[in-house]
Amino acid sequence: MDRFGDVVLLLVLMTNFAVLVTGRLSACIRIMTAQGVLLAMLPLASGARFGVHIAVLTAGTLAIKAGVLPRILRWAIREAPVRRELAPSIGPIGGVLLGLAAVGLAFGVATRLPHAAGLAVEGLVPVSLASLMMGFVVLTTRQKALSLVIGYLMLENGIYVFGLTLAGDIPLLVELGVLLDVFVGVFIMGLVVFQIQRELESQDSRRLTELRD
Amino acid sequence: MTASAIGALALILVVAPLLPALAGRTVAFLTGRRGAPLLQPYRDLAKLLGKGAVYSRTTTGVFRLAPAVVLGAALVAAGLLPLDGRRGLAGFGGDMIAFAGLLALGRLLLALAGLDTGSSFEGMGASRELGFATFSEPALFLVLGALALATGESSLGGMLGAPLARAWARAPATLAMVGVSLGIVLLAEASRGPVDDPATHLELTMIHEVTILDHGGPDLGILLYGSALKFALFAALLAGTFLPRAAWPAPLAVAALLPALALVAILVGVIESAMARLRLVQVPHLLTGAAALAALGVVLRVR
Repeated sequence: MDRFGDVVLLLVLMTNFAVLVTGRLSACIRIMTAQGVLLAMLPLASGARFGVHIAVLTAGTLAIKAGVLPRILRWAIREAPVRRELAPSIGPIGGVLLGLAAVGLAFGVATRLPHAAGLAVEGLVPVSLASLMMGFVVLTTRQKALSLVIGYLMLENGIYVFGLTLAGDIPLLVELGVLLDVFVGVFIMGLVVFQIQRELESQDSRRLTELRD
Repeated sequence: MTASAIGALALILVVAPLLPALAGRTVAFLTGRRGAPLLQPYRDLAKLLGKGAVYSRTTTGVFRLAPAVVLGAALVAAGLLPLDGRRGLAGFGGDMIAFAGLLALGRLLLALAGLDTGSSFEGMGASRELGFATFSEPALFLVLGALALATGESSLGGMLGAPLARAWARAPATLAMVGVSLGIVLLAEASRGPVDDPATHLELTMIHEVTILDHGGPDLGILLYGSALKFALFAALLAGTFLPRAAWPAPLAVAALLPALALVAILVGVIESAMARLRLVQVPHLLTGAAALAALGVVLRVR
């Protein structure tokens, strides 16, 4: 797996690992921006014939995943006094080990999946599964509300990568609809993070269990 | 055993002390100083070898044994490495494990000698040396394993020889990741920044330097030469990974070792001056990252 598309996929994996090792929220947002740019390059490399479809998909991905979403997230934490994940339940080393386990599992499983023959980029399926699992790792080990949004984004990016295996076949409208859904989802989550921040003066999602009315 | 292998081994044995000096000189240049002359390590070695040795009464034979074992292990490891891009003096299937094991043996004796002095500083140095090795040795094994998988060879001569050139054409991304990982391992194994600071003279912050603090005279000279040789071996391994020279004419392949080693030393100097030393607790993070890169390479090749 060493053509252009595979190199991009490897870089996507690296950005996932980078999120797992870093605790700084603003750094996490920057890394997700980079991942958005990488994901926008993927349709070009996915082997589908270049046309309006691919061009719009690339531009839409770039605009939403690398432009709008990071902006919303930055807006959501602009008042937060805490800039880093203070108490992840696993440290960077544990995160990397779990990530590696996810990657190993994803590559092991992907070879046994009956996937459509002739995928131009053979790494799409394993990398998407690995992104999914690494997103779960972030979701389960972090407590800050914003980290959870980041984990959700990683998960969604995994699904996006999986969707690219069919990039030539799904109607453009469906894919743009998915992008819009993600945009709305993150927009709402950004609002929620902002509100949690304002109400509790902390982003610790564990404290949400103590809420009473 | 070929003439080019002997020539390359002789070359690396001669130029090994130059590498730390060149890295130090690069740091000096980048920080606006002139730095020690490049030939200073040879003068230091000559001076140290001409001195008598002083041994503390608390030390035992282990302390005196360490320099010989450190140097001996590094010399045998040098014989295993295909320095001319073809094959080492001795090569056999699985000799990569012997290579890593020999370097680990040298480290073990160094740590034991440090503990043998009974000094708390050296005990701390030994503990750090071994603690970091816990992370750098798996990374080294994963690097060698990924190289073995990418080339389908189990001997160092094979995996750094002709099959490597073919593997670069087939899997450049994997090999680049493995190379970067090896570079980080080199920084740790050669006790250079951002893992260790070779210029520090505060026992609390030193790692490699503090472990050999009680050695003097010829013993210290041998240890200094041994650690320079280890630096050179890793630099040669790195150069061999990025620059497979099996297809080159033998004299050229041997001669190319010299600029390649110099380039690695200069790069190390640049990294050292560009990065602050990591906090001790962060070094394992860096080395785990290196191991993760190499493990990713293994995963990509295993499928």
